Amino acid sequence: MSVLIYAESAEGKFKKVALELASYAKKVAESLGTTVTAVTVNASDVSELGKYGVDKVLKVTNDKLATFNAKAYADVIKQAAQKEGSKVVVLSSTTDSLYAAPIVAVALNAGFATNVVALPESTSPFVVKRNSFSTKAFSHTELTTDVKVIALAKNSFGLVEATGAAAAEDFAPSLNDADFSLKVEGVEKVSGKVTIADADVVVSGGRGLKGPENWKMIEDLAEVLGGALACSKPVSDLGWRSHEEHVGQTGKPVAANLYIAVGISGAIQHIAGVNSSKVKVAINTDAEAPFFKVADYGIVGDAFQVVPQLVEKLKEFKAKNA
Amino acid sequence: MKILVCISHVPDTTSKINFTNGDTAFDTNGVQFVINPNDEYSLTRAIWFKEKQGATVTVVNVGGADTEATLRKALAIGADEAIRVNADPADGMYVAKQLAEVVKNGGFDLVLAGKESLDYNGGMVPGMLAAFLGYDFINSCEGLEIEGTSVKAIRQIDGGKETISGKLPIVIGGQKGLVDEKDLRIPNMRGIMSARTKALAVVEPVGAEVTTKDVKFEKPAAKSACKMISPDNIDELISLLHNEAKVI
Repeated sequence: MSVLIYAESAEGKFKKVALELASYAKKVAESLGTTVTAVTVNASDVSELGKYGVDKVLKVTNDKLATFNAKAYADVIKQAAQKEGSKVVVLSSTTDSLYAAPIVAVALNAGFATNVVALPESTSPFVVKRNSFSTKAFSHTELTTDVKVIALAKNSFGLVEATGAAAAEDFAPSLNDADFSLKVEGVEKVSGKVTIADADVVVSGGRGLKGPENWKMIEDLAEVLGGALACSKPVSDLGWRSHEEHVGQTGKPVAANLYIAVGISGAIQHIAGVNSSKVKVAINTDAEAPFFKVADYGIVGDAFQVVPQLVEKLKEFKAKNA
Repeated sequence: MKILVCISHVPDTTSKINFTNGDTAFDTNGVQFVINPNDEYSLTRAIWFKEKQGATVTVVNVGGADTEATLRKALAIGADEAIRVNADPADGMYVAKQLAEVVKNGGFDLVLAGKESLDYNGGMVPGMLAAFLGYDFINSCEGLEIEGTSVKAIRQIDGGKETISGKLPIVIGGQKGLVDEKDLRIPNMRGIMSARTKALAVVEPVGAEVTTKDVKFEKPAAKSACKMISPDNIDELISLLHNEAKVI
């Protein structure tokens, strides 16, 4: 009956979203009067999960699962849910988890809700609040099936520490060849850089920066904040920056703690993709730029003067508060 | 190659989103509908296969008669024929079941969809469809090549991309990158005229379970005004981010 989560790890370390998932699942489990079980894939030390409310860990160790494979991972999650008799399965909103989740839902004959932003409003009927219409609305969605799968939106719940320890046991789900019919031929991943998906801070530049040669100050700002770099659609379409950095409705979604938009006027498509960020700052010469309508803090000014100053002052601030 | 492209009929991004019937239904009044942008990337790639490698392209939507204008637009930019499953797209599972039936009946070997629709943002139909069909599935696809029955795809991952190989039949959840922005098409007069005579079949739905239900919609609370800071007072911004917002 326990609530099941799939706790994602990378290079042996749990992602922050996995700990957020554990914190969330603990509260859901409490309201259902049950416990939390996490299934992990090729994670060595799973003790950290206990600090965020996980009671039991099903440890899967299998070389075939070294690279992510949606079908196989979905099979693992399904078998873990069946073993635990879970009625509620909670997944994170990473690219990988959202890839496997619909396959899990079909395998468990479960209703599935994505972009969930809060604890269930009620567990009988089971109703969750989710982002919809590209952050222009919330849906209160009832899952009417016996088993439910939900995907928690990143940064919507936060981390809640718990006391207790997770009991780990090895789990060897039976995987078949059909699970591995797709082959990953190669992975290109930026190393040593914070990714937009994982970043707490995202610094984004727009056409107001006038050209790719002016990005140094944006990189400096991201660096001092330990953040990821992003850009608006026109900037990626013009080829100033790689489309990997394009955030917005058709680009990557951003749900950071802090999003800084420099020289981005704030087309509705851009805002739709970044609006889930907690705190938004706009720096723009045009006081009428639509981004100021959704920003928490704004500076009307020339980025070429404001940003270098901000970088210097942040360096001083960081040095003092280190 | 027989390609099926799944099309969602969604409000244009600039539309005001309102609800009706005591906030239980989306208010379509005055809303301009478009092909879901992620589906449009997939459709454009499908037309590329048709023109460069030889394929037939069928578009499908699950929805009422009002969605036919969106299907006609897909025909106008190059699809050969359209199918409308005459049903309310009640939830992702229901829609995926209907689409699975269309794929089985039509013998499609490449099924392209968008990774997510911009209305309900479920992001689940392509994966569920693949699961119902027992087909392989590649999501967040930003590059796709087909040679014979071999598939080579680029999938966006957090912080990069990966190259995946597989075989037809397959379901693809497409997104930006699948085609160049400049290759997206606007229907021209010739296309619009020819779309009027292309086949648009209306089929009745099969019985399928509805597993989720939106019981109520809500609009986000009005945001408090943006705090404006003078460009000569950067210290204030840092202090607000540290002490008030607590994000640095």
